[in-house]
Amino acid sequence: MRRGRREPAFWLLAAFFALFVLFLYGPTITIVVLSFQGPSGGLTFPMNGVSVHWFANLFEKQMVGDFSGSFQRSIVLGVATMLVTVVASFSAGLAFRSRFRGSSVVFYLAIASLIVPSILISLGIGLLFRVLGLDSAWYSSAFGAHLTWTLPFGLLIMFAVFNRFDRRYEEAARDLGATSWQTIRHIVIPILLPSLIGVGLFGFTLSYDEFARSLYTSGTFNTLPLEIYGMTTNVTTPVLYALGTVTTGVSFVVIALALVSTILVRRRRARLGSDAGKAA
Amino acid sequence: MNRINAWVTYLQVAPLALVFLFFLVIPIATIVVVSFFDYNTTQIIPAFLSQNYEELLLSPVTWRTYLQTLEFTVVTWAITLVIGFTIAYFLAFHVRSATWQTVLFLVCTIPFWTSNIIRMISWIPFLGRNGLMNTALLNIGLIREPLEFLLFSNFSVVLAYVHLYTLFMVVPIFNSMMRIDRSLLEAARDAGASGAQTLWSVIVPLCKPGIAIGSIFVVTIVMGDFVTVRLMSGGQSASVSLMMMNAMSLLQYPAAAANAVILLLLVLFTVAAMMRMVDIRKEL
Repeated sequence: MRRGRREPAFWLLAAFFALFVLFLYGPTITIVVLSFQGPSGGLTFPMNGVSVHWFANLFEKQMVGDFSGSFQRSIVLGVATMLVTVVASFSAGLAFRSRFRGSSVVFYLAIASLIVPSILISLGIGLLFRVLGLDSAWYSSAFGAHLTWTLPFGLLIMFAVFNRFDRRYEEAARDLGATSWQTIRHIVIPILLPSLIGVGLFGFTLSYDEFARSLYTSGTFNTLPLEIYGMTTNVTTPVLYALGTVTTGVSFVVIALALVSTILVRRRRARLGSDAGKAA
Repeated sequence: MNRINAWVTYLQVAPLALVFLFFLVIPIATIVVVSFFDYNTTQIIPAFLSQNYEELLLSPVTWRTYLQTLEFTVVTWAITLVIGFTIAYFLAFHVRSATWQTVLFLVCTIPFWTSNIIRMISWIPFLGRNGLMNTALLNIGLIREPLEFLLFSNFSVVLAYVHLYTLFMVVPIFNSMMRIDRSLLEAARDAGASGAQTLWSVIVPLCKPGIAIGSIFVVTIVMGDFVTVRLMSGGQSASVSLMMMNAMSLLQYPAAAANAVILLLLVLFTVAAMMRMVDIRKEL
């Protein structure tokens, strides 16, 4: 791809970019390394040997509160948020292709949902449940609170996707006698699959890592970020880093799954792609 | 048939609209209503008082806290804008292969999908008294005493903001830059513009929508933040949301609600000003 010589500006900017990437990843890499501290090691370097002591420590219930429980709740909540985000955003994206009364109200609500500070939504839902005499819980109030954060992202992504979607595919399907549902099931969804995976990635990871919106909405049982926040104030051992390594690992696995499945979908499409113009 | 189609459309948008109704509109309305309530040490009492607002606005602590939050916001906004613009500029105009562009863009975005709290904690072994930074500076003899201001200070708060939120600038600005017709840049060069002139008079104006969207994200997040201030300042700095949380922990819900309403108005006002620069629906 190289055309001609690089200007000095390129190398300057490339160096800046490299520093930025180091800035982004450096601290995370540091705590991953430090989480393998030996049993007598502290929160900073040097390493006092290498062990998985702090990971074992993490799973002992009495040491650090309820790690396993909060971890499970966060995973379940993340998956539920992901499913609802994908379905509701996709379906709203379909609706927004035609003008309907109130469409701009819904659109501005989505924007408002993004810009209203998370803590206000958390506080509002917490107060609402209190006023109504309901108990807040991670599967009810916190679930709703997380959706107010993931749905706007989902909707905006679906807007961008449908703006680039060629409606002639649908018309062709309809001309061939497909019902509306068949058109969506066999034409629209397969074409948009990579973007839907992307929306799912947003849905899961944003919920899994959400702190402020869970604060006044999750009731008696903590989600994982709340548990981590609690630990930051009263845990002074590398077990904190072990926890960081584990949650970051989970996030990376989810991101990798999303990327790999997107690539697989694309590959498959290239392989099974149109045979138009290839007839002998 | 048309009537059926209209119903289908409403059904399709209903799940999304209902979530916003029940978990955004009604809760915010609740905050507004409760902000006028009375309270004592054990309960909140329905009423219509302006007392919560009066107490809040007459307290110098409130004004100091708001000023502190605005200061964090402006400083963070300026730094993330400069860094974000530079990174986006490099990706959009200096990386020539589309594959590399995608890969490097992903490298920048992946941290967004990981835990913010963990990313904040990650600075501890770097910036602490015995952290990597101090050790390195001591070893090369630049300083004799460990620097205290690196961690648990306003410096570390802003550093964490920049670390967490520069991405919100990079993505929309990069998006704006990728839409710039490359022949415009050639035209500028042909007309005798220097590199800097092209950057300032062609690229920057065309990136305004991206800059506006990025700014809206960064400004609203920092204005409503409390986790970063709490963790990175070690409890030494204040923010509006922290102040609100203190009221909450004292069960002074109406006081917290009044503060929430003022913060909300401030955020909406700021965003409305920035929205004048951009039509978001055109940017997708």
